[in-house]
Amino acid sequence: MKLYCLSGHPTLPCNVLKFKSTTIMLDCGLDMTSTLNFLPLPLVQSPRLSNLPGWSLKDGNAFLDKELKECSGHVFVDSVPEFCLPETELIDLSTVDVILISNYHCMMALPYITEHTGFTGTVYATEPTVQIGRLLMEELVNFIERVPKAQSASLWKNKDIQRLLPSPLKDAVEVSTWRRCYTMQEVNSALSKIQLVGYSQKIELFGAVQVTPLSSGYALGSSNWIIQSHYEKVSYVSGSSLLTTHPQPMDQASLKNSDVLVLTGLTQIPTANPDGMVGEFCSNLALTVRNGGNVLVPCYPSGVIYDLLECLYQYIDSAGLSNIPFYFISPVANSSLEFSQIFAEWLCHNKQSKMYLPEPPFPHAELIQTNKLKHYPSIHGDFSNDFKQPCVVFTGHPSLRFGDVVHFMELWGKSSLNTVIFTEPDFSYLEALAPYQPLAMKCIYCPIDTRLNFIQVSKLLKEVQPLHVVCPEQYTQPPPAQSHRMDLMIDCQPPAMSYRRADVLALPFKRRYEKIEIMPELADSLVPMEIKPGISLATVSAVLHTKDNKHVLQPPPRPTQPTSGKKRKQRHGFSDIKVEDTAKGHIVLLQEAETLIQIEEDSTHIICDNDEMLRVRLRDLVLKFLQKF
Amino acid sequence: PPTLRIEGKLGAGQDVGRSCILVSIAGKNVMLDCGMHMGFNDDRRFPDFSYITQNGRLTDFLDCVIISHFHLDHCGALPYFSEMVGYDGPIYMTHPTQAICPILLEDYRKIAVDKKGEANFFTSQMIKDCMKKVVAVHLHQTVQVDDELEIKAYYAGHVLGAAMFQIKVGSESVVYTGDYNMTPDRHLGAAWIDKCRPNLLITESTYATTIRDSKRCRERDFLKKVHETVERGGKVLIPVFALGRAQELCILLETFWERMNLKVPIYFSTGLTEKANHYYKLFITWTNQKIRKTFVQRNMFEFKHIKAFDRAFADNPGPMVVFATPGMLHAGQSLQIFRKWAGNEKNMVIMPGYCVQGTVGHKILSGQRKLEMEGRQVLEVKMQVEYMSFSAHADAKGIMQLVGQAEPERVLLVHGEAKKMEFLRQKIEQEFRVSCYMPANGETVTLPTSPSIPVGISLGLLKREMAQGLLPEAKKPRLLHGTLIMKDSSFRLVSSEQALKELGLAEHQLRFTCRVHLQDTRKEQETALRVYSHLKSTLKDHCVQHLPDGSVTVESILIQAAAHSEDPGTKVLLVSWTYQDEELGSFLTALLKKGLPQAPS
Repeated sequence: MKLYCLSGHPTLPCNVLKFKSTTIMLDCGLDMTSTLNFLPLPLVQSPRLSNLPGWSLKDGNAFLDKELKECSGHVFVDSVPEFCLPETELIDLSTVDVILISNYHCMMALPYITEHTGFTGTVYATEPTVQIGRLLMEELVNFIERVPKAQSASLWKNKDIQRLLPSPLKDAVEVSTWRRCYTMQEVNSALSKIQLVGYSQKIELFGAVQVTPLSSGYALGSSNWIIQSHYEKVSYVSGSSLLTTHPQPMDQASLKNSDVLVLTGLTQIPTANPDGMVGEFCSNLALTVRNGGNVLVPCYPSGVIYDLLECLYQYIDSAGLSNIPFYFISPVANSSLEFSQIFAEWLCHNKQSKMYLPEPPFPHAELIQTNKLKHYPSIHGDFSNDFKQPCVVFTGHPSLRFGDVVHFMELWGKSSLNTVIFTEPDFSYLEALAPYQPLAMKCIYCPIDTRLNFIQVSKLLKEVQPLHVVCPEQYTQPPPAQSHRMDLMIDCQPPAMSYRRADVLALPFKRRYEKIEIMPELADSLVPMEIKPGISLATVSAVLHTKDNKHVLQPPPRPTQPTSGKKRKQRHGFSDIKVEDTAKGHIVLLQEAETLIQIEEDSTHIICDNDEMLRVRLRDLVLKFLQKF
Repeated sequence: PPTLRIEGKLGAGQDVGRSCILVSIAGKNVMLDCGMHMGFNDDRRFPDFSYITQNGRLTDFLDCVIISHFHLDHCGALPYFSEMVGYDGPIYMTHPTQAICPILLEDYRKIAVDKKGEANFFTSQMIKDCMKKVVAVHLHQTVQVDDELEIKAYYAGHVLGAAMFQIKVGSESVVYTGDYNMTPDRHLGAAWIDKCRPNLLITESTYATTIRDSKRCRERDFLKKVHETVERGGKVLIPVFALGRAQELCILLETFWERMNLKVPIYFSTGLTEKANHYYKLFITWTNQKIRKTFVQRNMFEFKHIKAFDRAFADNPGPMVVFATPGMLHAGQSLQIFRKWAGNEKNMVIMPGYCVQGTVGHKILSGQRKLEMEGRQVLEVKMQVEYMSFSAHADAKGIMQLVGQAEPERVLLVHGEAKKMEFLRQKIEQEFRVSCYMPANGETVTLPTSPSIPVGISLGLLKREMAQGLLPEAKKPRLLHGTLIMKDSSFRLVSSEQALKELGLAEHQLRFTCRVHLQDTRKEQETALRVYSHLKSTLKDHCVQHLPDGSVTVESILIQAAAHSEDPGTKVLLVSWTYQDEELGSFLTALLKKGLPQAPS
């Protein structure tokens, strides 16, 4: 059993598990932090961005000034943004049988895998994961495609040139694997390969392995996976949460008794308490708006935004914000809000019970109805007519490199009345802001990451007791910025096996048993003997049939006649046999050969002359007879 | 011998009235549906649960109850069963069924108790208490009822939230379809099941001989009648229950109005019906693909042409269409409107479902045209009366399709008319070559099963066998030899050696003792000593010892010297070893046979 680690990003994993005769890809996360190295794509022509100076080497050589621009001491690639793909060379991806998706954030590389590697298998995911994953992809494609950029920079990627660049470009990894965004056609084709599954559904793979998604509590439809045969069990934990937010709670019990537990997707901000962050988010938002400023919340179109809207629903009246418009701008804003209301079966108990009333599970329905929350596909069109300030705008993309958020950064960046509040934990906010410097607007960092923290992990591991834990190497040491915090790492016994990008791990597995079915006719013919209290034995002689990885034992074609030892020996050319019964068994005398065979219940003793030929012959006869037992 | 028992005394069988089946499988007892018979007002309405267990509690006897969908002929007896007869175990149903079934139960309770004054009926509180025992299941989720019994729901079409259920214990399984529909209709998708190969498929056969598309015809018929009536300026009254048929007919009319660009108003009687549409909006994932795909742009359950009804509208002149509750014209708004419109032959009332005896609906459907209302008033019915059934069931082709999908070992037909079932039974037996049963009402079917027994085989043994199976001469079936260890409930098949080792059993010991004749006149002890020194010098790598009793050991091989019984010049060396030391033993005898080096005299 082997694990091929195709991604080095701990929260955007992509691993391939070879288990028995199957090849299973666990998630295909797309590392989008690479886009931070690129200049933002403005929706409206931005003189500031288009007038940034080209970058030149220390010696004044300016051959890269078309590709690289400088802004407040940082260098950016002036090109269509690119994403860092999982490894595609480590293993032949056309041999992957199935892809298991754990949540909508971890499927963003799917089109690259399913459309360009010869992949012919099936993808499994829950319905909310697919629907919301589709929205995320649709938004991404839309953001990139609606501002076509002619330029595609590639010179800087040359290894010899990259060495000469300033950080962080110099240290950017795997730049040769960076790719431009996929098209909607590729997205549709990729999504058509998905088969929908439900929590606790048992899915048979080639009769050899069974996979089951379990609720992971992190997002709508998010799942952990159990990959098991009858005697081995691997748990794949990815993006899980024990906090009570909108999704169905995490199913922990089913993770018990795993031989190996692969642990990914822990919180990216282990020191921040999500509840505290939400509080800070609300108070900063209120403060800004009361002072006449606008609030910008860069966000994904699904996920934490539902929780934020719910908090605001409870908060705005008491905070006196009833007249402040809330705008949600995304090409998929409407779909996201609508979809969230139809997946009640995938929500926490409180929200689930709403559908029995029947009421929409999320209160943002009421915010929309009362016109407090308005949603638009983009800043163009209706929005420009309705736009009133001061206001609160939720829009993407959280990297601040594309999407409508770029426009608001340009629009509001110059005034210190305005505030940008970062809630998504995927991007370093300082790096995200770098191409907008110098900025006058306030920046508040309230990362809300509901995924497991290290205290919860250690409790979880104690609870479910896996024999071995496998995790990204980042989790086996304290975060680089807090190297003294020994509590910010996984602590388990035996120590977790860690992996980094492009590693191949041999998982510590000793397979000992396999399931086999005994046909009823054969079972009837077995004669069990109780040899110890509660333990019975039966000897089995049967025909083994194997089909589709299923083994069946059938009765032998004809029942073999039980032949006694005596007769058998006679047939083997001994004529002068004399058999005596003793208290414990029998004695067989071969008179001519002066050989004596004592047969007792648990022993056979052959006493003979030094005639090796005869001895070996007798030996083999006795062995053959014994093995029949 | 293991059997599968289907208890038909409760309901179903060759009866369309009510469904309630008890299945006993591998020691587990599961009740499938708990329906009421809408045609009876007395004891016969509910199944006679005393059949299940003569003495003893239902909770102890039944492992679970499964409800396939919210129609009352499938769930109407549930509160009676759980609260009045007494059952506290789990009741499984899908989320939409759980949401909608209590509303229909309450609706029906109101008719029975409030309007008809029936005693000994379940109360509102009992419905609530009953629903507390419900465990909602998701489609395809494997629900572990206990360690051995698992159930799994499949999409059934038919009505919102309808499901087929697989009941599985070990390798034995039954699939129960409830009511289902194999062709997508206006708001629901088609039933689907995987190739789960159950021992038995219990399928409804309501439309066992009906040909496909008959529903489409009825829909066309319905639209034509409605259209003609409003064209000539008449009013159409459609008494409905709040959920199910109402939404389907609304979609039907809504799309027709849109297509024909009609302006005649359509109304919905207020209250529950509007609320009911909310259920459909929230459970949109249970509807058909077309509705699901477009719901963001246009939610099919937000009707443009259908407006809320106000009682004053009934007196408006001109044509209109009104959906009004309740469905059997026994009370409430539908009855009020009926009284107003009944006298005009231009108007029409369409009854889209079954009506129980005693209701106005039942009376007019059976041809009565003079109705005695309260206060000795006689109402003359001049309006046209139409009956149209819209229930969505699988037709013969659909049932065959499902049998093909699931690949059952046997099929059992229920919920149909004997004659039609017989036709279908023959067809199934011919096409799929599986036995097909159609028990009469109240008949119990017992079927033998032959479950294979799953055991764990040691990988070593399996691999050894499979490797040999790959050899070219292994064309004919090879025999696998092993030992089955049965401990508690765990069964493991291992090689005989492993079994003995594991259980600490004395292995059958095979010992050899070889006599080696040696020319030596000396005493036995001296011979032994010579043997010792010879072996000591020859076998440098082995542990050779001379024991106090005069015998010599090489590792665990024992060598003793004895006198020859007849020849004093010959000594006999007895070399004794077990099979484990075969190699060394064989080598030693060969070595000793060559004789000993001459001893220095």
